[in-house]
Amino acid sequence: MITRRQLIKTGMAGSVVLLAAGFLAAPQPDLPTASQDHHVFLQAGDEQIIRSLAPVMLGMAGLPLPDIVRGVDVAIRNLLPAVQQELRQLFDLLGNRWGRRWLAGVHGPWVQATPDDLAAFLRRWQQSPLLLLRSGYQALHALINAAWFGNPASWAALGYQQPQQVMGLLP
Amino acid sequence: MSLPDPVAEGVASGWRVLDGAAQTQDLQLTCDVLIIGTGAGGGMTAEVLAQAGLDVLMVEEGALRTSRDFRLLEAKAYPELYQESASRKTADKAINILQGRTVGGSTTVNWTSAFRTPPDTLNWWGERYGLKGLNPPAMAPWFDMAEARLGIADWQTDPNPNNSVLERGCQALGLKHGRIRRNVRGCWNLGYCGMGCATNAKQSMLVTTIPGALQHKAGLLSRARVERLLPAADGKSLLGAEGRLLAADGHSLNGRQFSIKARHVVLAAGAIGSPAILLRSELGGGQVGKRTFLHPVVISGAVMPQRIEPYNGAPQTVYSDHFMHTQPLDGPLGYKLEVPPVHPLLMGVTLSGFGQETTSLMQQLPHLNVMLALLRDGFHPDSQGGQVRLRKDGSPELDYPLNDVLWDGVRRSWLTMAELQFAAGARQVLVLHEQASLQSSWQATREQIMQLPLKPLLARVVSAHVMGGVAMSSQPEQGVVDEYGRHWQLRNLSVIDGSVFPTSIGANPQLSIYAFALRAAHQLRDALKA
Repeated sequence: MITRRQLIKTGMAGSVVLLAAGFLAAPQPDLPTASQDHHVFLQAGDEQIIRSLAPVMLGMAGLPLPDIVRGVDVAIRNLLPAVQQELRQLFDLLGNRWGRRWLAGVHGPWVQATPDDLAAFLRRWQQSPLLLLRSGYQALHALINAAWFGNPASWAALGYQQPQQVMGLLP
Repeated sequence: MSLPDPVAEGVASGWRVLDGAAQTQDLQLTCDVLIIGTGAGGGMTAEVLAQAGLDVLMVEEGALRTSRDFRLLEAKAYPELYQESASRKTADKAINILQGRTVGGSTTVNWTSAFRTPPDTLNWWGERYGLKGLNPPAMAPWFDMAEARLGIADWQTDPNPNNSVLERGCQALGLKHGRIRRNVRGCWNLGYCGMGCATNAKQSMLVTTIPGALQHKAGLLSRARVERLLPAADGKSLLGAEGRLLAADGHSLNGRQFSIKARHVVLAAGAIGSPAILLRSELGGGQVGKRTFLHPVVISGAVMPQRIEPYNGAPQTVYSDHFMHTQPLDGPLGYKLEVPPVHPLLMGVTLSGFGQETTSLMQQLPHLNVMLALLRDGFHPDSQGGQVRLRKDGSPELDYPLNDVLWDGVRRSWLTMAELQFAAGARQVLVLHEQASLQSSWQATREQIMQLPLKPLLARVVSAHVMGGVAMSSQPEQGVVDEYGRHWQLRNLSVIDGSVFPTSIGANPQLSIYAFALRAAHQLRDALKA
């Protein structure tokens, strides 16, 4: 939920962004890609956004994208309804072709976006003068990182393992 | 052979434990004392009152998780044991708050650092707020009692390499530093305290006072969210409290409600939960939720030449208070230096930046040292903390504006940490900010830090210590409760948790809450037994 203070803080530009977001949300979605998985929170279009962004966010190829998408879905499911609502707005905005084009600055559908396009979008929001866009970037960053580094498949590359002297004693 | 789980055994032996998620009927209960929340304040209070023969009922929003549930796995622990899956945030999202949400509260997941309330903090409360009864000599016996109950003692084992970096840096720069006392008995030195203690060594409320209360016939209702306190017709006392039972996922409602009648109510839901319950009950008054403090924390990472393995070994064993005592208490913000445990999920989420550079730093995890500076908020005239308020759906949110006096402390503490890390032999240092990059010398890091724009969601700020919001005062109009946590207006309501502190503590707060709770609970016991 956007509070009055945030509105004042983000100033005029922020209000325009929000008005545009409210005005644009819902119609004109990008065509969703067919998905094998059924998620509780994420819809097909959201899923593609995660699949496109994760390799750029995490700076690696060959990621198990279905696992990351599932991890993001599980992470969101455990958040407060009020926070889930904010994330719904974020994904609706990014999934809307006008929002994607004018707010994220990504010209074609997410599925076709190049790594350079995606990195430019992330950088723009990460460094945006608008608090709201910075918080959008931070949400994507936290969700994707939690989904990947919470997954034991990510650990070998970090040189991390759980303490073996106790793992065998757990029920 | 697997590790023992004495709490689960106690439940099996017939302790009076109810899981809200399992209820198929609405609950109507009565007791002498209703305790809302089972963290440091609620746990201590429950044991004191139950041992005195009072009929105590504890109500907890989180689930009853015991050591068999603690698998040293972040992806399991955070959603099960923390508020908002360890991603609770302030209103503008600029500060991430780690706070427990399980039986035992934050004590179940904290990092076992035990400090007595600094004397200068207690003296300040006496001078500034008239809380003369909380002076250091008067509090000493309560600290002694809490320490004895929870095995708080010097930690004899050598610090892990992550903590050793702080110690070596302080030695090199001639900064005052010390070893941290811990609330553990028979600790295995694993370093997974934040995921719940699998070996039951951490003397959290989950394994000490709550079992102590349950053995004395207290009851525990978990997965039960108190919605509101119920005022009596005269407006001067409470009848009890009511709320909703939660489903097995711990978040959604199971459709059943509960209502509890009590002679006395103890609010111990923490510095966000307690103000929220008062606000939902329309018992706010002018002060409730205001001046809520966080010890805002900023972070510096270092790549060390030797293996650090910051995920192994007791998490916090070395500290420095050097920068707490170099200026007046109400001057520029002082800060306490510590190191945190470092595990992949929390590190991935907390590290600034994205893409290949960030990933290659993550891949040096075994060589990373991470240092924290906890800023002491609430003393400087411009450090007024934040305000807890309710969202439309009644859930609480903390609005904590970041202002110049805080940013000044952020920059000074980054400089200190980076200098310490290089003095301890770091190859490279990165302060956590979205425009910072790894630097190879103290000189270059210093220049970079001086240039970084200080804005929310550019600088990484976190907190694990929520304090204040239901402040003690010596006069009714200046706060919400007296120095025993007794509500100024409602004769049978006490608030006994970290929300009563009129400023931040200036040290990890668990032992402050234990001592205050013991003092308040003994007073309450005597009043109720009279």
